Amino acid sequence: MLEIKNLHVKLEEEDKQILKGVDLSVEAGKVHAIMGPNGSGKSTLSYVLSGREGYEVTGGSAELLGEDLLDMEPEERAAAGLFLAFQYPVEIPGVGNMTFLRTALNAQRKARGQEEMNATDFLKLIRAKAKELKIDADMLKRPVNVGFSGGEKKRNEILQMAMLEPKMCILDETDSGLDVDAMKLVSEGVNALRDEGRGFLVITHYQRLLDHIKPDVVHIMSDGRIIKTGGPELALEVEQNGYADLLAEVA
Amino acid sequence: MALPQTKLDATEERLSSLTLPEGGWSGAARKDALARLREYGLPGRRDEYWKYTRPDTLVQPGAPRAALFDPGEAPVFDSIDRLKIVFVDGVFDAGASDDLSLEGVTIERLAEAQSDLHWAQSLYGVLEVKGQDPVQRPLAALNTAYATDGVLIHVTGKPSRPISLIYHHRSESSDAILHHVIKLDAGAEATILENGPAAARFNKCMEVDIADNATLHHVRTQGRDHERRAATHIFARLGTESVFKSFTLTANGVLTRNECVIELTGDDAVAHVAGACVGDGDFHHDDTVFITHDAVNCESRQVFKKVLRNGATGVFQGKILVKPGAQKTDGYQISQSLLLDDDSQFLAKPELEIYADDVACSHGSTSGAIDEEALFYLRSRGVPEGEAVNLLTLAFLAEAVEEIEDETLSEEITARIEQWLIRHAG
Repeated sequence: MLEIKNLHVKLEEEDKQILKGVDLSVEAGKVHAIMGPNGSGKSTLSYVLSGREGYEVTGGSAELLGEDLLDMEPEERAAAGLFLAFQYPVEIPGVGNMTFLRTALNAQRKARGQEEMNATDFLKLIRAKAKELKIDADMLKRPVNVGFSGGEKKRNEILQMAMLEPKMCILDETDSGLDVDAMKLVSEGVNALRDEGRGFLVITHYQRLLDHIKPDVVHIMSDGRIIKTGGPELALEVEQNGYADLLAEVA
Repeated sequence: MALPQTKLDATEERLSSLTLPEGGWSGAARKDALARLREYGLPGRRDEYWKYTRPDTLVQPGAPRAALFDPGEAPVFDSIDRLKIVFVDGVFDAGASDDLSLEGVTIERLAEAQSDLHWAQSLYGVLEVKGQDPVQRPLAALNTAYATDGVLIHVTGKPSRPISLIYHHRSESSDAILHHVIKLDAGAEATILENGPAAARFNKCMEVDIADNATLHHVRTQGRDHERRAATHIFARLGTESVFKSFTLTANGVLTRNECVIELTGDDAVAHVAGACVGDGDFHHDDTVFITHDAVNCESRQVFKKVLRNGATGVFQGKILVKPGAQKTDGYQISQSLLLDDDSQFLAKPELEIYADDVACSHGSTSGAIDEEALFYLRSRGVPEGEAVNLLTLAFLAEAVEEIEDETLSEEITARIEQWLIRHAG
């Protein structure tokens, strides 16, 4: 599904190398988690994959289903099936949540050569999906993320994911700013989307989220590289001992 | 103070190209206006009030040539059931206009109201004179003196349809001067629509008197002719618990100066004046607003949004004056520009002058580019860049457009802006 090979990335503005050779392969139907201390490059990886400006790829490659991701515009990556759930979802005053999602959905369908979804079908679909995530009609009508609580913003991310049905989902610290109940709700939303044909990359600091979204593979990232890969037990090890032991072990 | 010779000369040169209409009941007001104009002189480049907008082409004797423009789309408001009054280059077109009778309102043409006594006599030039203090507006005085036609609308009830003034531009050098007077009796309610470029150069004045508990909605679009010029004035006086809501969409036009002078004279009155403009290239748009609070517990809102690209210029001069005793005033003023490139500019002069101590007035003025974070967010969801920029631009203008109360009208305006953005993408 997602093939990242020896990816090197530096900041455009300053001469600072963030990713120093990341190798990662996420298969369809699997959930991979990336854990790591602050500043290890986890979020940078998610931004580079989704096409955010400000980063320069200095080496390596990233492919989604055999297509070169790094050569595409952000909207092309989305149409190809990539989705990033933002750590900090952006507020967009003046653009209704519903308008936003319908525009996005139909833009993707158009890019894939599919027919646009009509208003009635769209409304039916979004109402059903919103209900599962306990998102009320009022939240759908309001401007995108404006005045939403932290939990509402994250639920809105998952709603978008559910509506857009991407092939490869990246969740960037989706647990940050969530209380226990909200985390459960969001996790249920993600789990409902787990599917044979879909891959997940879950970026998180804490084991907590991984209690709800059970990963198949756990990677530890440090200083721009993946330093260790293992099963779910690796996350528990981090939870108990912190990163220090792991880092020492690799060094 | 004597006027500088250059200004005197310029004014007399302009006047020599005009003929003062006889105008029965309005004759005295016209002569007074002419005297006023001679006292002020026409606006010049060094006048403080014209610091950001060069008046030269608005005051020169003949109208600069303006190429005719085929917008290639159905005229705005076409689908709305309304009473149509059509002017072509400032000349009334009876054939294209509807019958002027409508329940709850009497409508006459200024050029035809020839009696010696007329209800409009108490307003024609009267609100304009009041609006000349403390800032002179010579182009409005010129209008009162020389207007060749216009409509006199007396609203006594609640007419079932909007009254729609349609201005066509069919001659490349037309120079039109129209003056409308609108009077709403107590409790009356009406909607006035205006659309079209009107002429190569258009000088329009609208005096509005809104009695107690009356409501006037005003929505206009100024025509997409790129080379047209316009100087317009609205002078409105509001009575107790009355409401005036005015919205203007300006897309294109080489030069537009819209002045709006509102006086809240009765308690609990509400005045909202809003404008959205979109300009690409040779475009200069100036909103000059002056709202005076002279009663208790009144609310005023000024909401002006400008989208500018390729060297377009936007100007905003907005003032809220709160007179002594106008307690509980709620005044709000926002002027913002979205600059889509480095060549465009926005000049703003927001002013508050407050002589009462129990008021809430706020104002803000900003200039900015498209929010890159929001743009990336939209694109990451699959919205192509151009479409995402348009979506954010519409969102930027929304606060102004939302000032239109009628949903059908606001949707119509939004659709027009959307089409403009699609045509002017990138």
